[in-house]
Amino acid sequence: MRSIIRTVLLLMTPMMASASGDVPDVHVEVDLANIAGLQRGAQTFFNYCASCHSAKYQRYSRVAEDLELTYDQVAANMVFTGAKVTDHVVVAMTPEDGERWFGQAPPDLTLVGRSRGPEWLYAYLKSYHTDTSRPWGVNNPLLPGTAMPAVLASLQGEQEIDADGHLHLVTEGSLNEAEYDRLVTDLVNFLVYIGEPAKMVRGSIGVKVIMFLMLFTFLAYLLKREFWKDVH
Amino acid sequence: MSGDEIDLGKRNMITGAVVATGGVGAACVALPFVSYWQPSVAAHAAGAPVEVDISDLQPGEQRVVEWRRKPVWIIRRTEEALKSLQGHEDNLRDPDSLESDQPSYATNQTRSLKPEYLVMAGICTHLGCSPTYSPEEDLEAGWTGGFFCPCHGGKYDLAGRVLEGVPPPKNMMVPPHRYLSDTVLVIGEDEGVA
Amino acid sequence: MVATLKGLLVGLLGWIDTRFPLTKWWNEHLAQYYAPKNFNFWYFFGSLALLVFVNQIVTGIFLTMNYKPSEAEAFASVEYIMRDVSWGWLIRYMHSVGASLFFVVIYLHMFRGLIYGSYKNPRELLWLFGMVIYVLLMAEAFMGYLLPWGQMSFWGAQVIINLFGAIPFGIGDALTIWIRGDFAVGDPTLNRFFALHVAAIPLLLVALVFFHIIALHEVGSNNPDGIDIKKHKGPDGIPLDGIPFHPYYTVKDIFGTGVFLILFAIIVFFAPEMTGKFLEADNFVASNPMVTPTHIAPLWYFAPFYAILRAVPDKLMGVMAMGGSIGVMFLLPWLDRSPVNSIRYRGPLTKIAVTLFVISFLVLGALGTMPAGDTETFIARVCSVIYFAFFLLMPIYTTIEKTLPEPDRVTMK
Repeated sequence: MRSIIRTVLLLMTPMMASASGDVPDVHVEVDLANIAGLQRGAQTFFNYCASCHSAKYQRYSRVAEDLELTYDQVAANMVFTGAKVTDHVVVAMTPEDGERWFGQAPPDLTLVGRSRGPEWLYAYLKSYHTDTSRPWGVNNPLLPGTAMPAVLASLQGEQEIDADGHLHLVTEGSLNEAEYDRLVTDLVNFLVYIGEPAKMVRGSIGVKVIMFLMLFTFLAYLLKREFWKDVH
Repeated sequence: MSGDEIDLGKRNMITGAVVATGGVGAACVALPFVSYWQPSVAAHAAGAPVEVDISDLQPGEQRVVEWRRKPVWIIRRTEEALKSLQGHEDNLRDPDSLESDQPSYATNQTRSLKPEYLVMAGICTHLGCSPTYSPEEDLEAGWTGGFFCPCHGGKYDLAGRVLEGVPPPKNMMVPPHRYLSDTVLVIGEDEGVA
Repeated sequence: MVATLKGLLVGLLGWIDTRFPLTKWWNEHLAQYYAPKNFNFWYFFGSLALLVFVNQIVTGIFLTMNYKPSEAEAFASVEYIMRDVSWGWLIRYMHSVGASLFFVVIYLHMFRGLIYGSYKNPRELLWLFGMVIYVLLMAEAFMGYLLPWGQMSFWGAQVIINLFGAIPFGIGDALTIWIRGDFAVGDPTLNRFFALHVAAIPLLLVALVFFHIIALHEVGSNNPDGIDIKKHKGPDGIPLDGIPFHPYYTVKDIFGTGVFLILFAIIVFFAPEMTGKFLEADNFVASNPMVTPTHIAPLWYFAPFYAILRAVPDKLMGVMAMGGSIGVMFLLPWLDRSPVNSIRYRGPLTKIAVTLFVISFLVLGALGTMPAGDTETFIARVCSVIYFAFFLLMPIYTTIEKTLPEPDRVTMK
């Protein structure tokens, strides 16, 4: 039996080995059960991100349903484009305009929580620094030459980067560090949520399914043992 | 296989437990697959209530709007049309719309909220074709004007009530609707309508 | 009442049996199919493969109902299934996780055949049918992976199709264009891969799985001792070490199914991406023919062969090595010259060879998903040599080593 477990573990290693080496070493608390945090994240997203970035696979109404808001609340506080609440979150800006204004059309953010991952997003949103060589006067070590201006600078303040790559706050923003970290965490949580709305429910369904399967497997074991009494 | 005693009762009991649990499990697995065929969020969003401006609808005129992928008719009935709804109850299969589908506020002789305006899903209750609007009388004896279904000859009066002797079983369906104002109608939603 | 009902059912069965061999088949393949009684852990994976196959077919049929195989709509239609369709996310994850677990189960099933010599006379054809199933499964998985139309779908297909470009004399380039139906992977490629993925290859798989089982039941199952149970029959003609598949192995396999489904559910509900191994992060970005992701890796089940491809510093030779690494498995029944079947009674050379082979296969699998540096390439070359040596030296080491005496009857351990 030991050799079997060893073999299985060996076979699992290529699946477990992490290939992604470019994930920054930061910790971000992802907790989709924190509805209040997700609501704050949604507000930040629609206030600061959604004027340029679409989330074109996500409907406003789904945000309302999953984050325990009414359609009217979402329509009043999050829909700024005249869209219906059942519409997808799209932007008025055409990709051509985006390219003209930013040099590159702002990417859709529906799935960025899955493609980049929460750690990268968290680090990215905290790593803007002054760089006069760039069109917007800012740069970001996580995406060098980024086309996105420092949209959250009024909240975070302005940072500078030193020769060792360390970031220092040089101008205060309207939020202190803890408040800004909270805001970014909430925003990242919201991006993780719109990346996969089913994530809100699949864990709790999974627990029930697995408990049922354990009962079934236990009964099946009794059945096997009972019949195999015949075999010597 | 061997001389050992086999407790058949116990064996049958465990077999029954596994079969029953497995059956419950299979039914639970089937549920998502059945539910998968229900109209999706997109279908519901596309079938959202529709607002219609009826300020320029002339007497006798018919307007067709799409709601939930069905033609919904809005017809402004004339005085004569309203008169034609009386006195032929004997020729109707369900004159009081007891067997038919309409909100309670349209369970009346004109099958409408306001007698003048008929709001109705233009789908024949026989097999789902869309009848044509023929308000003129005297197509043949006993015809007081209404709707005629070209597929199988279904006939309805100007309140969508089906005539005797033709295939459709019920009157045509009246969707939920309400007036936002005198001239704006919303179809597919009737919150607050008695 | 019960007696009447039973009488009716017996009558119905009789009516069917005179028109269709229902009872005959039931007996031949289940109730009177005598399997060795000493099956161990490794014998769960045949029935589990069948279970996953059914899962893939059923969930696949349902996904097809909402998936749109066009360049413009494919990516969005997958997100539509994940968000707007009732329970679509579950059915999609059952399919994507099922695909990876199919390979887990098949690799373990093949490994079982390898260590117990289940491919040896008279089971050569059984092994060949299995190998064809395996190759078809790889084609099925590869084409299925194009359908979500993300960046990894697109660039993975681009790279794999271009392998055919290695064929010389101008044939390769013409062939790749013919396969794609366009100058790069595009709408025609997506459409034909969809047709092959949902109809052609599944039909072939069904036929081959049928042949595989028929061939198995013709020659009878091997067992961990690798000895023939038909040598010792009782007076009734039934092998002394055989037990009817039903009920003994059906109840055992139901138990195995339960354990497997628990693992399956854990992944589906708690880790459907399996840290990027089952669903890769870059595949959540819609395909873009203008930008290649910085790190392209095949899914884990192709990784060993991909590592062999990269280990060879020449395009044509690399493709041949990769093809050869799969092709050589077909020859296994004729490469193995050992007088015994099971690894239990083989000499130390085979045991060392199998151990080295498993290690090299796993290391190649790990390397295939990583970016290739100098060290990695060196290790991949060593492992590729071991991989081929395992097969090509088999006629020698299985002949010269001293085997242990096989038992007369099966052992239960």
